[in-house]
Amino acid sequence: MKFFTKFGQYLLMLKGMFTRPENPKMYWQEFMHQCVEIGIGSLPIVVIISLFLGAVTTVQTAYQLVSPLVPASTIGQIVRDSMILELSPTVVSIVLAGVVGSKIASELGNMRISEQIDALEIMGINTKTYLVLPKILAALLMIPCLITLSAFLGIWGGRTAANLSNIVASDIFDIGLRSNFSPKNVWFALSKAYTFAFIVSSVPAYFGYFVSGGSLEIGRSSTTSVVVSCILILVADYALAALLL
Amino acid sequence: MIEITNLKKSFGDRTILEDVSVVMETGKSNLIIGSSGSGKTVLLKCIIGLFTPDGGIVSFDGKIMADLTVEEKKDLRQQIGMLFQGSALFDSMTVEKNIKFPLDMFTTLTHGEKMKKVNEVLARVNMEGANKKLPSEISGGMKKRVGIARAIVLNPKYLFCDEPNSGLDPQTSLVIDRLIRDITTEFNITTVVVTHDMNSVMEIGDHIFYMYKGHKQWEGSNKEIIHSNDEKLNEFIFASDFLQDAKQMRMMQEDKHKKETVNI
Repeated sequence: MKFFTKFGQYLLMLKGMFTRPENPKMYWQEFMHQCVEIGIGSLPIVVIISLFLGAVTTVQTAYQLVSPLVPASTIGQIVRDSMILELSPTVVSIVLAGVVGSKIASELGNMRISEQIDALEIMGINTKTYLVLPKILAALLMIPCLITLSAFLGIWGGRTAANLSNIVASDIFDIGLRSNFSPKNVWFALSKAYTFAFIVSSVPAYFGYFVSGGSLEIGRSSTTSVVVSCILILVADYALAALLL
Repeated sequence: MIEITNLKKSFGDRTILEDVSVVMETGKSNLIIGSSGSGKTVLLKCIIGLFTPDGGIVSFDGKIMADLTVEEKKDLRQQIGMLFQGSALFDSMTVEKNIKFPLDMFTTLTHGEKMKKVNEVLARVNMEGANKKLPSEISGGMKKRVGIARAIVLNPKYLFCDEPNSGLDPQTSLVIDRLIRDITTEFNITTVVVTHDMNSVMEIGDHIFYMYKGHKQWEGSNKEIIHSNDEKLNEFIFASDFLQDAKQMRMMQEDKHKKETVNI
């Protein structure tokens, strides 16, 4: 019963975001601010994770491909498809659930506890539209960009690792990258990216916006939001794979 | 003028407000006092619309809050200034940006006009030169003054203050109290203050409502409160021995003064 109450509250929060902005310029500024926070703020961690994901995938694939019948270029193909189909969208989104999600939940939670949300409401501002909507829109814009970048960096990291570890030469790796490429995989990855971006932003926003109590509850809601987001990402990952592949 | 008629509010089985009816007059400091848990903050939040009452009517200058459309409510809220207990300043913004925020959101003034207005209100609360400071860099009393500056920057018709003196020393409390009183008379606004600070009651209490267990127990002015025979109110205001002694001394002085006047 509690689940349905919370789910209903979540849906009402989403519905409540769609009202006419009091001053579109201020909302645009907030949207741009969130784009910088989510996009630029998460860039370093996404770059590091992606490079190493690609590198590790290359080394582990080479370790498992022991048959002389399988050409070495297959490693490039496996790294490419692994990064595009699964590693970049899912792993990066789970990391972002921790980085961006906890930030959104604790920021909104702190604003709720310190009555800053009440102060905005008293001024006549729809706080769902002003505080939650720009975060979700910014995530929907920036996270797919980060995931696309991650896929490129992962493949490049894998290629560099293959070259540095003498696993496979770069020109042979490139042959694997170009062979049997299916554009459908990119659309599938982007579908996942948009779905995960919505989860990573809206779920923590809900937990932060409706927090009550004190600083302990802010921490608790932040942790809960990350856990719930991660579970939802994995469930959505399976559902999308089953539906779209 | 704010009129509240038969206001009711419960949370689950717990009744917080029970048939509260009060009239808060324009140009006066209306104080809601009472011990912790008496329902005064809930009453304030019901008046400003942060809580929806279970029953009763709240009207602002004849406009019934419950009958207003969403847009009308937004317009009304722009006429309300609020000072929160913890000041509720936006942490990431400087003092100047905090005060300028309502002007940015709701006015079409030029940057120069906005800055002029910001500096005017900062001067009004004696906070000149604090423009570029962050809320974390100023004291509790200064935060309250910035909170007041932000509350009055749009020239509101109604000013609400939730425990404006909490966490402040008596001297700073006096400064805040006098500021609230002066702003109330200067701008001729309806001010509602929730407090349990007896110094505030005596300093600015033009009209006082004493809340006890969710209902209005007593109402009167700061001149009347000291002579009240209401047992519950006296228990609240003379909880400290110091105040009891002060009351006795004051009454003795008044008796002496009366006798002297009769003799003359």
